[in-house]
Amino acid sequence: MKITPELVEHVALLSRLELTEEQKAQFSRELSKIFEYVEQLGEVDVSGVEPTAHPLPQKNKFRPDEVVPGLANETALANAPETEDVYFKVPQVL
Amino acid sequence: MALRSAHELAGQLAKGAVTSEELVRRSLAHIKATEPRLNAFVTVMEEQALAAARESDKRRAAGQTLSPLDGIPVAIKDNMNTEGVRTTCSSRMLEQFVPPFSSTAVRKLQDAGLVVVGKTNLDEFAMGSSTENSAFGRSANPWDTDRVPGGSSGGSAVAVAGGQVPLALGSDTGGSIRQPASLCGIVGLKPTYGRVSRYGLVAFASSLDQIGPMTVDVEDAALLLGTVAGHDPLDSTSADVPVPDYAASLRSFDWKGRRVARPKEFFTGEGLDPEVARCADAFLEKLASLGAEIVDVSMPHLKYSISTFYIVATAEASSNLARYDGAQYGFRAAGTKNIIEMFSRTRAQGFGPEIKRRVMMGTHVLSAGYYDAYYNKAQKVRTLIKRDYDRALEKADLVAAPTSPFPAFLAGSRMDDPLAMYLCDVFTISLNLAGYCGLSLPSGFTEGGLPIGMQLMAGAFEEEKLLGAAWQLEQALGVAGSRAPEIAGASA
Repeated sequence: MKITPELVEHVALLSRLELTEEQKAQFSRELSKIFEYVEQLGEVDVSGVEPTAHPLPQKNKFRPDEVVPGLANETALANAPETEDVYFKVPQVL
Repeated sequence: MALRSAHELAGQLAKGAVTSEELVRRSLAHIKATEPRLNAFVTVMEEQALAAARESDKRRAAGQTLSPLDGIPVAIKDNMNTEGVRTTCSSRMLEQFVPPFSSTAVRKLQDAGLVVVGKTNLDEFAMGSSTENSAFGRSANPWDTDRVPGGSSGGSAVAVAGGQVPLALGSDTGGSIRQPASLCGIVGLKPTYGRVSRYGLVAFASSLDQIGPMTVDVEDAALLLGTVAGHDPLDSTSADVPVPDYAASLRSFDWKGRRVARPKEFFTGEGLDPEVARCADAFLEKLASLGAEIVDVSMPHLKYSISTFYIVATAEASSNLARYDGAQYGFRAAGTKNIIEMFSRTRAQGFGPEIKRRVMMGTHVLSAGYYDAYYNKAQKVRTLIKRDYDRALEKADLVAAPTSPFPAFLAGSRMDDPLAMYLCDVFTISLNLAGYCGLSLPSGFTEGGLPIGMQLMAGAFEEEKLLGAAWQLEQALGVAGSRAPEIAGASA
């Protein structure tokens, strides 16, 4: 399928990526070519085939529900771009 | 001159012929001398490495070594967290990120006494096949520095092939251990999904990612896998399957009467370089001369593996990389007015173009109206690809294939065409979709002297058989351990 610059804009918004007009045109070209290639999956008959989300069988594993030390507040904040008091600080949300 | 293997160095340590501190100083000196040409490392941990080496020497003097590899230098791909040492994923997004914890694989190496000397370069967030998509510059192939080392674990491959370290860890989502191993003339093993804990490995595609060894020879791969494998309560997808002594059983494998599947799709694909094709034929002849029976099979869905992979992997990546938003750690764009702008601009400035391309592709295939056509369909084709492997492995003990369709290519030659880059993984990518294990073995050279690797693949948790088969073949081929001539002069 053709990935138009408008569709790129929509997907970029969903992806939280700010793009320049030039990038929108470039990604439109590149993604169109990639999606044209993956169209080949259309020819595969998958009727009655179950999807594979995980390559090998997984079963739930339980562990004892015990309290173990977590990250100290200052450790958790050590990589933060901006902090205030004991909190992560971000720009206006609403 | 041959590359020094870790098991050889371990023998010298055990005899007292050398100390860990001497090995680590030698490694650091060689890194310093060759990095201007190779750029294998993002971070070299000189002080920590020397301190760890001295600890190892003390343990040895006291008769308390922790494992056969105690005191051996090792390099780690920079997408595995190392407590207190920055872990960048070769991305501007994590350029300053210093993790407060270590990945289980790294912790297990340190618990076994190995000395981590540094963090190696990769394609940003392990997305790429050439180690050119890095915020820290491209890594160069030691066999010809104008050429790429492959990727995404290119830095680890270069560090081993260039003689900087005897051992390294890489990660393989669609060939990122095996393809650079092939292009650099070393051994690379992608273990079965779940064999090695992914805890602390920065996630790219969680149903495909697996950590594995990149080494001079098969015996080292067996030793390193044995060190990092096993169940981990911190990764619920790690398998609760016993870890055999891989190194001890290498020599007991016998090729006589073993059957090797030769899927025609792997040996006749268009785009297969004629020199690689000749090497593949010689590889099969060698197997036959060892007593193996070559069984012709067809795996009709292999031709869909690139498409399937790039839908499944980008979908998982778009979700995994949503966490890089500038709020809690990593890069944040300056001067934004509200939180949406902060997210969008942080990601615009922090991610390179390949990451953006894949995040958008993954977001699109998961978005309303497209999920069934792309994601769900790809998951069903994934089932068919896995069944192709199951059928081949019913008829044979192992599957053979070239690792890469071509030897190391010139830097810059594929960067303008993302799809051409994706096709580098045409022979490796299906194995990750199936979840099974595979190893790339140095098997020959082009006329121009570039290494060529061949793959052997086996079923779930059959690494013991795979390593034994590869070890026997390695002895017969006599190619592993060859040192790149470009770097030989600077050797320590």
